[in-house]
Amino acid sequence: MTNTTVDDLAAPLAPGTKAPEFELPLTPDRTVSLAEFRGQPVILAFYPADWSPVCSDQMALYQELLPEFQKFKAELLGISVDGVWCHLAFAKDRNLRFPLLADFEPKGEAARSYQVYRAEEGTSERALYVIDTAGIVRWSYVSPVGVNPGADGILHALESLGTEGG
Amino acid sequence: MSTSRWDAVLTVPVTENRDHIQGTADAAVTLVEYGDYECPYCGAAYPIIKEVQSRMGARLRFVFRNFPITTSHPHAEQAAEAAEAAASQGRFWEMHDLLYENQRHLGEQDLSGYAEQLGLDVESFGNQLAEHVYAARVHEDFMSGVRSGVNGTPTFYIDGVRHDDSYDIETLLAALERAAA
Repeated sequence: MTNTTVDDLAAPLAPGTKAPEFELPLTPDRTVSLAEFRGQPVILAFYPADWSPVCSDQMALYQELLPEFQKFKAELLGISVDGVWCHLAFAKDRNLRFPLLADFEPKGEAARSYQVYRAEEGTSERALYVIDTAGIVRWSYVSPVGVNPGADGILHALESLGTEGG
Repeated sequence: MSTSRWDAVLTVPVTENRDHIQGTADAAVTLVEYGDYECPYCGAAYPIIKEVQSRMGARLRFVFRNFPITTSHPHAEQAAEAAEAAASQGRFWEMHDLLYENQRHLGEQDLSGYAEQLGLDVESFGNQLAEHVYAARVHEDFMSGVRSGVNGTPTFYIDGVRHDDSYDIETLLAALERAAA
């Protein structure tokens, strides 16, 4: 994993692309679709797996930054191929209070549609998307799997959307 | 392995009248740490920094900024505010050290005990914590870290550039010596 080079990383959907729709389970009896958030910016944080050390730090950082994201009226959605029960346990253990969606069946379908699925590992890349109020990708970034991409890129992208305040 | 054009540099430069600094502005190299008092990795880095400081002496300037991740560390925010409250009485570094030396004991009673141990005005210290007088300052540090590419703790910057390598003593010292040369 530490030998991953930049060249091995997937090329995510480019800015200007219409964000692919998805509807994924949030809990055993509730799903969340991208379309529900039309009219507000959406941050998609694809990550390889619940419980892995880098992911956990990354998600804890995003939880910490929810008030900052809310200043832009942005909704944060975490997405991995883990199932809903795994997500629920992970969110509870780590005090995460934003939705973690299960890209579980068909496995990785959302990650594939965003061009960030790693077929050999069976997980997604560690990838970030910022989608604007009209459902258009405005920023995308794929980080080496072992590297926490932080949040500066997300904040920078949100600022350029001009949805802050109000 | 920095691939983003937003990461890797300190966006808020070190300033003498705001930052907590050990060493002088004319030191050969400046090391900035974004840290969390309850984070075990920062706790592990604490004696390493001490050792680096002792080996480099006046050639090193060390700066500490707050980056409490309260989602994982419920006492981190209050500990950060406690260090700032101690700073208002001129005792930042003594409190910083006590907090790292007692990472598992960062409750309200503990903090007040450390204030007493340092001979601080405990009442004023307690009031400042209760009123979260330094919450804004801690948050400012936190956001300056986020905007500089801090993605976990501890994150170090050597002369303003993020140190993405290991922070074991030899690696960190070698990187600092390279920058100082």
